[in-house]
Amino acid sequence: MRLNEKELEIVEILEKDARIATEDLAKMIGLSVEETQESIKKLVDNKIIVRYISIVDWTKVEEHPGVRAMIDVKVTPKRGVGFDDIAERIYRFDEVNSVYLMSGTYDLSIIVEGKSMNEVANFVSQKLSTLDSVISTTTHFILKKYKHDGIIFEPDNKDKRIVVSP
Amino acid sequence: MESTKRTYVSKMVHDLKPSGIRRFFDLAAGMEGVISLGVGEPDFVTPWHIREAAITSLEQGYTSYTPNAGLLELREEIANYMQTQFKVTYSPADEIIVTVGASSAIDIAFRTILDPGDEVIVVEPCFVSYIPMVELAGGVAIQVQALKENDFKILPDQIEAVITEKTKAIMICSPNNPTGTMLSKSELEGLATIAQKYDLLVIADEIYAELSYDEEYTSMAAISGMHERTILVSGFSKGFAMTGWRLGFVCAPTEISHAMLKVHQYGLMCASTMSQYAAIEALRNGRSDVEEMVKSYRRRRNFIVQSFNEMGLECHNPGGAFYAFPSIQSTGLTSQEFAEKLLMTEGVAVVPGDVFGESGEGHIRCSYASSLEQLQEAVKRIKRFIDSL
Repeated sequence: MRLNEKELEIVEILEKDARIATEDLAKMIGLSVEETQESIKKLVDNKIIVRYISIVDWTKVEEHPGVRAMIDVKVTPKRGVGFDDIAERIYRFDEVNSVYLMSGTYDLSIIVEGKSMNEVANFVSQKLSTLDSVISTTTHFILKKYKHDGIIFEPDNKDKRIVVSP
Repeated sequence: MESTKRTYVSKMVHDLKPSGIRRFFDLAAGMEGVISLGVGEPDFVTPWHIREAAITSLEQGYTSYTPNAGLLELREEIANYMQTQFKVTYSPADEIIVTVGASSAIDIAFRTILDPGDEVIVVEPCFVSYIPMVELAGGVAIQVQALKENDFKILPDQIEAVITEKTKAIMICSPNNPTGTMLSKSELEGLATIAQKYDLLVIADEIYAELSYDEEYTSMAAISGMHERTILVSGFSKGFAMTGWRLGFVCAPTEISHAMLKVHQYGLMCASTMSQYAAIEALRNGRSDVEEMVKSYRRRRNFIVQSFNEMGLECHNPGGAFYAFPSIQSTGLTSQEFAEKLLMTEGVAVVPGDVFGESGEGHIRCSYASSLEQLQEAVKRIKRFIDSL
């Protein structure tokens, strides 16, 4: 779907701040509030804006330590459906956060979340590696998140400028 | 022996007016929780790849002087950049000097072209340094006022009316600090006609050229017949968010450039070496950064200009830079009173328009180089302030 200039601006702005007031968004792009609302509705209806979510730094939350692992998976593609079939088999698991088809030395890159390393390990050994098409898995646990989807988790936001300058 | 105390400061410097901005800086600097729209520089930090290039240059030991005019490699990049972006042609070897910010470029330009008593027509409201720099160079600044009813665009007739036998140059800045007004190609042509008719130079401060939001930017030097009589001042501060690097440049025809280089070499030797390496990186790989920043400024401009108009502060739509210049005449306050009261009651710092020249009275300069959250809060506070009057 081709977006017009204003729609493209809306998507770019909402992708950075989904909670911006529609009135302010409308001013920024030079549309009326009604026109802006209509455009947003169109973008949502067409599943271009899929969902509004929060980026959470779970490491600050005691109740939810959680672990994440990136898993490189080699699979055998199937005639007719290629990788789509096995990808779907995998992404249906709740433990699976993301699935990407990759170029390079392995086929699928999977991000798995669990409450503990043990839980992730169990998922890999009992669910993932036992699938017929899966040839091998390599699991990398994420130790610390510095930047995610363009967001730096502990940014230095201090304004270092002097208060008034010519 | 005479008992009167000797005055060490020269009469000329003693008589220079202190910048009106200084007072506001002092007022605002000590206060807590101030939202500042008084800042004349980008809120972006210099893009990382540019900072990284400077770090690398230090690691490799590039810590000595460069040629007076700047690294040839940088001047070649500048020539290429000016050609690609602004369709003006300058020889890297003879017509480009890398300076310590655009300010030093303007300074050496005046000191190069002015004999005592020569007049420079300065369009105000304008950047606070132009007039003092003319005076320090021994010249006389003749002020002409760009008026609100013309969206702060100077008209050729206004310039022509003040030309005398002593007029040497016209100083213009587009997009303008503090009004944000940008001159179109035809408006520049109007001024060019006057310059040609009376054989004047134009010093064009084009430091905000990258930050134009509605129309394609036209450089004064790109106007037919103007290359030979334009001193084009620009730099990296605004477009590339590199204010603290103090790096600008000046482009002018060979004869003037060679003369300016004499002034520059005795006064400053050369611009900072690490900044020059950073600038090479900025020109080679910084285009997408500039485009992203421009996009962001444009949205914020739209937001703040409409907000001012909605709350009853009439504000023209500025075509460039990152300043809105709303009128506060409807409040009955002078711009100094408005700015001071606003700061004291709501903690929002703006710059009173009269510090940029008489025609700025009745206006305030609001920089929108701040995060949207800051602008939203500032707008809320300014509205509350106006409603309380």
